[in-house]
Amino acid sequence: MSDGMLWAVVLAGSLGCYLFKLAGLSVPAAWVERPWVTRIVDFVPAALLAALVAVQAATAGNQLVVDGRLAGLVVAAVALALRAPFIVVLVLAGAAGGAVHALAG
Amino acid sequence: MPSSARTATLRDALGLGVAVGLYGVAFGAASAGAGLDLWQSVALSALMFTGASQFALIGVLGAGGGGFAALGSALLLGTRNAVYGVRLAPLLAPRGVLRRVGTAHWVIDETTALAVAAPDRALGRLAFWVGGGTIYLLWNATTVAGALGAAALGETAQAALDAVVPAAFLALLWPRLRRSAAEPGVQRRVAFGGAVVALALTPVVPAGVQVVLAVVAVAVAGRPRRAAVGGAA
Repeated sequence: MSDGMLWAVVLAGSLGCYLFKLAGLSVPAAWVERPWVTRIVDFVPAALLAALVAVQAATAGNQLVVDGRLAGLVVAAVALALRAPFIVVLVLAGAAGGAVHALAG
Repeated sequence: MPSSARTATLRDALGLGVAVGLYGVAFGAASAGAGLDLWQSVALSALMFTGASQFALIGVLGAGGGGFAALGSALLLGTRNAVYGVRLAPLLAPRGVLRRVGTAHWVIDETTALAVAAPDRALGRLAFWVGGGTIYLLWNATTVAGALGAAALGETAQAALDAVVPAAFLALLWPRLRRSAAEPGVQRRVAFGGAVVALALTPVVPAGVQVVLAVVAVAVAGRPRRAAVGGAA
């Protein structure tokens, strides 16, 4: 992707996200409190975040890949289940990913 | 009593600000790893300023996805800030267009949680502004640190960083799946469906597009059951 295209994505995404924030402060509450809107807003993040977890952990381009990222994800899940703080979860996942790379490479 | 409530509110706001700010290092490093230069990474943290959308955007780009797929993921996650704005509007009551335009930029998960959790309206405003300011400053400063630091990483450190990104998404997802969340059963089915559809589509659609399609598929699949969510308990 060209540098200009990257900038376009960065700036368009920033503007779009800002307009969502501004719209929330500006529209009458009744518009947003309709059942179908709240259903979408309640559940879209779960589907999207889970899809991102799967794609980031187990794919490269168009291929399914098993490597240190999956080990990191398992470690992160255990840490989250034990209620570890955010930053600890990330450090442990990174350590697991790095360890797998060092051992396998 | 009022002064101790004030101290507790300030402590929460500053504490959360510091914790989230540290997370910016991971964002900066991941953003550099995805191929964005320092200024593009900083522009995201300064202008987009909503962590999950920022991670989604660079995650899709880093996976080789196109601009529209990256944009779509970021915007889909950005929709929830509109709902936060609706909740915060009566609390913050920004008077006039300029105040509202300025206030909107800091309407994110963390500032909403802080403001809503505060015991009264004055403290809610204090929590929003102190928490928002702390998070904004640290998030941007640590983005720079992470983006610059990523260039110095060796291969093993890069592999470690690659493992941090999915873990970061899982950490964002986790609170929604907890038993204490609203309708955790539905959230878990939705999350499982999103992950399975995304993986199944990976070999057959351009990189990054499977993320957006997974959300669409789950939304369409969930539509007829909307009236029967009582079974989620």
